[in-house]
Amino acid sequence: MTGQTMVEKILARGAGKERVQPGELVNVKVDLALGNDITAPVAIKEFTRLGLKRVFDPDRVVLVPDHFTPNRDIAAAEQAQLLRRFAGDYGIKHYFEVGRMGVEHALLPEQGLVRPGDIIIGADSHTCTYGALGAFATGVGSTDLAAAMALGEAWFKVPSTIRFVFEGTLPPWVGGKDLILYTIGQIGVEGARYRAMAFCGPTINNLSMDGRLTMANMAIEAGGKCGYMEPDQITFSYLEGRTGGPFSAVYGDPDAEYEQTYHFDVSRLQPQVAFPPAPDNSRPVAEASGIQIDQVVIGSCTNGRLEDLRAAALVLKGRRVHPRVRLLIIPATQLIYRQALEEGLLATFIEAEAAVSTPTCGPCLGGHMGILARGEKALATTNRNFVGRMGHAESEVYLCNPAVAAASAVAGQIVHPEEVVR
Amino acid sequence: MIIEGKVWLFGDNVDTDAIIPARYLSSTDPVELARHCMEDISPEFAGDVQEGDLIVGGNNFGCGSSREHAPLAIKGAGVSCVVARSFARIFYRNAINIGLPILECPDELAHALSPGESLRVDLHRGLITRLSDGSCFQAAPFPPFMGEIIRQGGLIEYVRERIKNI
Repeated sequence: MTGQTMVEKILARGAGKERVQPGELVNVKVDLALGNDITAPVAIKEFTRLGLKRVFDPDRVVLVPDHFTPNRDIAAAEQAQLLRRFAGDYGIKHYFEVGRMGVEHALLPEQGLVRPGDIIIGADSHTCTYGALGAFATGVGSTDLAAAMALGEAWFKVPSTIRFVFEGTLPPWVGGKDLILYTIGQIGVEGARYRAMAFCGPTINNLSMDGRLTMANMAIEAGGKCGYMEPDQITFSYLEGRTGGPFSAVYGDPDAEYEQTYHFDVSRLQPQVAFPPAPDNSRPVAEASGIQIDQVVIGSCTNGRLEDLRAAALVLKGRRVHPRVRLLIIPATQLIYRQALEEGLLATFIEAEAAVSTPTCGPCLGGHMGILARGEKALATTNRNFVGRMGHAESEVYLCNPAVAAASAVAGQIVHPEEVVR
Repeated sequence: MIIEGKVWLFGDNVDTDAIIPARYLSSTDPVELARHCMEDISPEFAGDVQEGDLIVGGNNFGCGSSREHAPLAIKGAGVSCVVARSFARIFYRNAINIGLPILECPDELAHALSPGESLRVDLHRGLITRLSDGSCFQAAPFPPFMGEIIRQGGLIEYVRERIKNI
């Protein structure tokens, strides 16, 4: 009998089984179920149809109003109100109000709500972010969330796993975002459809937790069910002092079976830019050189963490945003916002003439706070560049890392950071 | 259950932002959402789609976000069934969970079709027939567990049964 991958072992544990096979359908207990101000209203509507007086465990349901908040209009205000009232009525412990909240996938790990070995579902496709901590985490729909709130369970087809082994020391200005954009570019937007993506190798062993979260976050952009790194000292250091209780980390067996293994030597990887209209359209930044941009967004569940803001500040220190460009910087959580304030990053941004906002998903999905007009081009550290994603159907979004975004905001066109910081 | 309808043909990787742009997600009403279904990639769809029409897509239909508003908008538009070479996984489970019929069809079907032609779909048997020439195609069968969710009319009905038995 061959060994099992981390994901197979976590799902077997959740299903109360000795082992599971890829392709097998399992019903598992979930450790956490998450919804936001767009997906939870549909879930609440469905949950209400069941006529239940309580959720399966009020401490294991997380509600974060982050997409259209601070409320962009009356309809959004009413959706947020629905969440707030449901949280109050059902005693939901982890409800995060505006002023205390953050973009959900930056917030939950930061708050210690994600632990290695956990099974987490979220009615948001980027729930796969938590795989960076060695959890099995995946996006589902609103009705799945409603069912999980009722039963504390979810059904899954056990995914097979594709392994990505990264080798080599990353060049300057290259990070987790470039690794994942490059990977998606290699395999395509459905290259990992229904699969788990295991990220490993010497490069990953040396990658910061923020960089790992960025990578796992975008597993969905290759169609992945989840993306993960097995827990190590970097994971455990990150977890120290956070509120997460005891956990039991899970590791793949040495003889686990992987559907496929890719080896990437990334020692000469250039910063990557994904051209519209899909995240797999990634190319070295040099090929994007000279593309003029109207707006730059630094933030989101992909790249709104402290390390991202530090990278942007390093580029923006003592410089000014190009007169033709609007630069929006959105720290992903309230805590990151405060840390950025304390480190002087916010002052750097404001002096550079960037607009700095309270946490929100806002522009990433064309919700609010930075919508594009017809014909405009944006460069963003976000995760999707589909047609109309940030506004008008004839606007365009290019994706990149925070340093490239900051440097390009200064240059007024897409550039390698070393062209701005010499 | 037998469905017959006119085909709306789409390509590969139709994402959920295309199916229902995020700017309309302040509503959860399928009829309201349907007014903007496919707006950015097929502006005539929402106005011209008829009750019972089918959507036929290529690979990875419904990729992108987890918004259940996407299958809700399609259902609200009166579409009777979505047939595609393959589906993105969250869209696939969402469609089953809300009772929107979907089928994975073989390559040859999507290649053969022209927009506006008509199909007959036998959902129970997974049999798809082109009305123009009578050619038949067999869709991939559902695993029994999913068949059970579909049979009970969606996940919430399934959960209701589960709760009764606990």
